[in-house]
Amino acid sequence: MKNCDLVIIGGGPAGLAAAVAAFDEGLRDIIILEREPTLGGILNQCIHNGFGLHTFKEELTGPEYAARFEKLVYDRKINYKLGSTVINVTPQKVVTYVNEQEGLSKIQAKAIILTCGCRERPRGAINIPGARAAGIFSAGTAQKLVNIQGLMPGKEVVILGSGDIGLIMARRMTFEGAHVKAVVELMPYSSGLNRNIVQCLNDFNIPLKFSHTVVDIKATNGRVSSVVIAQVNDKLQPIMDTTEEISCDTLLLSVGLVPENELAGYAGIEISPITNGAIVDDRMMTSVEGIFECGNVLHVHDLVDYVSEESAHAGRCAARYVTCSGKVNGYVPTVGTNGVRYVVPQKIAKSDSAEPISLRMRVSNVFKNVEIAVLLDGEKITSRKKQIVTPGEMETIVLNGELVQKVKKGQKLEVTLNVGGTK
Amino acid sequence: MYDVLIIGAGVVGSAVARELARYKLSIAVAEKEQDVAMGTSKANSGIVHAGFDAKTGTNKAIYNVLGARMYPQLAEELEFPYRKNGAFVLCFDESDKYKLEELLEQGKRNGVSGLSILTGEKVREIEPNVSDKVVAALYAETSGIVSPYEMTIALAENAAENGVEFLLGQEVTSIKRSKKGFKVQLSDKTVEAKIVVNCAGVYADDIYNAFTDSQSMRIITRKGEYCLLDKKCGGLTDKTLFQLPTELGKGILVAPTTHGNIIVGPTAADLPVKDDIDTTYTGLNLAFDTATKSVPSLSRRNIITQFAGLRAHPEGGDFIIGESEVPNFYNVAGIESPGLTAAPAIAVDVAEEIANRLNADKNSNFNPKRKAIPCFARMSDSEREQLIARNPLYGKIVCRCENVTEGEIVDSIRRPLGATDLDGVKRRTRAGMGRCQMGFCTPRIMEILARERNTDITEITKNGKGSNVVLGRTE
Repeated sequence: MKNCDLVIIGGGPAGLAAAVAAFDEGLRDIIILEREPTLGGILNQCIHNGFGLHTFKEELTGPEYAARFEKLVYDRKINYKLGSTVINVTPQKVVTYVNEQEGLSKIQAKAIILTCGCRERPRGAINIPGARAAGIFSAGTAQKLVNIQGLMPGKEVVILGSGDIGLIMARRMTFEGAHVKAVVELMPYSSGLNRNIVQCLNDFNIPLKFSHTVVDIKATNGRVSSVVIAQVNDKLQPIMDTTEEISCDTLLLSVGLVPENELAGYAGIEISPITNGAIVDDRMMTSVEGIFECGNVLHVHDLVDYVSEESAHAGRCAARYVTCSGKVNGYVPTVGTNGVRYVVPQKIAKSDSAEPISLRMRVSNVFKNVEIAVLLDGEKITSRKKQIVTPGEMETIVLNGELVQKVKKGQKLEVTLNVGGTK
Repeated sequence: MYDVLIIGAGVVGSAVARELARYKLSIAVAEKEQDVAMGTSKANSGIVHAGFDAKTGTNKAIYNVLGARMYPQLAEELEFPYRKNGAFVLCFDESDKYKLEELLEQGKRNGVSGLSILTGEKVREIEPNVSDKVVAALYAETSGIVSPYEMTIALAENAAENGVEFLLGQEVTSIKRSKKGFKVQLSDKTVEAKIVVNCAGVYADDIYNAFTDSQSMRIITRKGEYCLLDKKCGGLTDKTLFQLPTELGKGILVAPTTHGNIIVGPTAADLPVKDDIDTTYTGLNLAFDTATKSVPSLSRRNIITQFAGLRAHPEGGDFIIGESEVPNFYNVAGIESPGLTAAPAIAVDVAEEIANRLNADKNSNFNPKRKAIPCFARMSDSEREQLIARNPLYGKIVCRCENVTEGEIVDSIRRPLGATDLDGVKRRTRAGMGRCQMGFCTPRIMEILARERNTDITEITKNGKGSNVVLGRTE
């Protein structure tokens, strides 16, 4: 068995940023294991622009954004293996991977960062009845077919779900000559970024139907021929006398992303039922010592810039863990209340570090004129005001280092929303 | 001129073909779909029934018990997934307990061993997730689970390896008597055979009635809807959990699959048509809600896919097996549950009768064994090392959810009766059967299929003719 200080599982934006940061923190024995034949992860198929506004102060396409980080990896001569799928991770940090060249290999790591990304929820997960025919794709699969393989998934398209990939694909399919007849959204609001609704739907007069869902899929000769949509009530149940049939040959699903935590499961890492990612402390360390998690495998992000930022932090923390292991004197839990659906990290390790800590969160509904407040045992220690918060956009609040040091064992940090003014 | 033409390549037709291959006969199977196991055989509960359900003395009872006994050896010879996991028939009402006794007595009369009645507490001791409302259960030790489509594919492959010719994509459009037997018009050609065996599932009545110009057979198409749950729920039950049967069948079950998922279903709805396998809101809700009665902790959140299958319910209630009123024309029809269990035993009898009729000798070259596609996901690390050393394509994982390698996919395409489309690959390798339901591997499998079959990628279909995955190229 080989040994390695730091094994990073996944060479997408999270893995690349983590590797670069770990290197810059002084670590040299690093390897990135990537299952695809190229680095860059899902960014490779995101050929639209809008990436990197925060990180590079310019608008890049997905592949351009990935290339910036890939260059940093190449410059540092960080090791990586492509076409290499990790099939097991043990709590003792043994990583098993397979590829064509080496067959099956095992590495004993001192630290591991899981950066495996997320997957799309399939049709079955939302129980759409009807025909099981060709022409039903998750939006990301369609994106890969169009952008990487140059294939047209269909010509008359209905999209269920107004997540970002669905919105992006509405525009992409339109550019390619398809007729996108409607985007149908179960909720009364979109889970995508507002800029995408404007740029991808409004600019092309594609109707967005809120509080609607697909209740049936019809097919002829093995191909989708129409979908039936219906309005939903406040319990999100379809109202069957509001149905409308839309003829189409393709249904794209953009109905949510789920972190891919199979490997975390093998390693016995504790998973949050809310984020479907690991429960981590402020170092991004999971419940298994020395295994870290960041990026979309931890919780689904809205912007890749935040993935990079979070992952760089995880990379630095993993490097420090390898070199000086970093003693921890207990944890302070963080909880979201009153509209804050979750907070990551879920706990803050009490240590000597006085670094600022980013708390990232998602809200459970659309709220206007809110204050996001952090309470320490009920007392407000910091807050931010926002005109609007939506489930589609991640919110971040940064705690300064001094504040964090003040936190005592047994105390609790609460992140809450004060709606319509301050408390 | 064939000795025997079998119509239909489901589990019945494939089993009959394989049994006939034990004799020196020329045999063909005509199948209207592009693959085998495309009807009832690919969408059912996958249960090897113990044999207590059917009325003593019926074909159903006799062949169920005989068939169930054949499974362990058959699964070993043909390397398809099968496991004897045992089953409970759950009783929720003290006043219904007598029905369990009746089933037990019937089972004994049918020749089923290993039956007993357990208290609700005992049931929950064995299966802790079973509802508190269960007061007693019949326990059937010999009940098993099988992957029905993989079994059918294995039977067909083995038949093909032993010389049976499969005519895929060939629908029977007419059958006429000829001097030496029958002249059968298929989609693209006419074939002749001395003997015809009708194993056409829900279409068996159409075939027979058209040929005899009568209405003498009636098969009712009964739809059953199912939900399949993520493997992470695999621990919910190890035993198959039935509820006390009703008039429409054995009711809705909760069972593990041979691959570690949980299956829930089926509903039972009689259809006026024979090709409706669409799932419905009401059907899926009914399946799930009824199953929750057995296992209250079932959660819809964990459903990864749903599907419907059609059962061929014979009007008379019992299997129709044997030579029809027309000499040398055999029917094996109305093979609804426990048909999957019974099929291997039915095939033995039907093949023997036909061989006798034709005075056929035993085929000494018959090889009962069939090698399965290597299953990377179920191997030990050292087995995996050896496999990749033999062929590096086994080191390339294509389906990340089920850990299916490119080597397995290539194998599924290249073997006899190999996969020709996405669903064919899926049924043979499990690529795409996991929790992402082909989200990630679709583009990759399309590329492999196009390469291996030497066709353009835009020609690749999901599931038979007309189901092209994409509609051309971008400009």
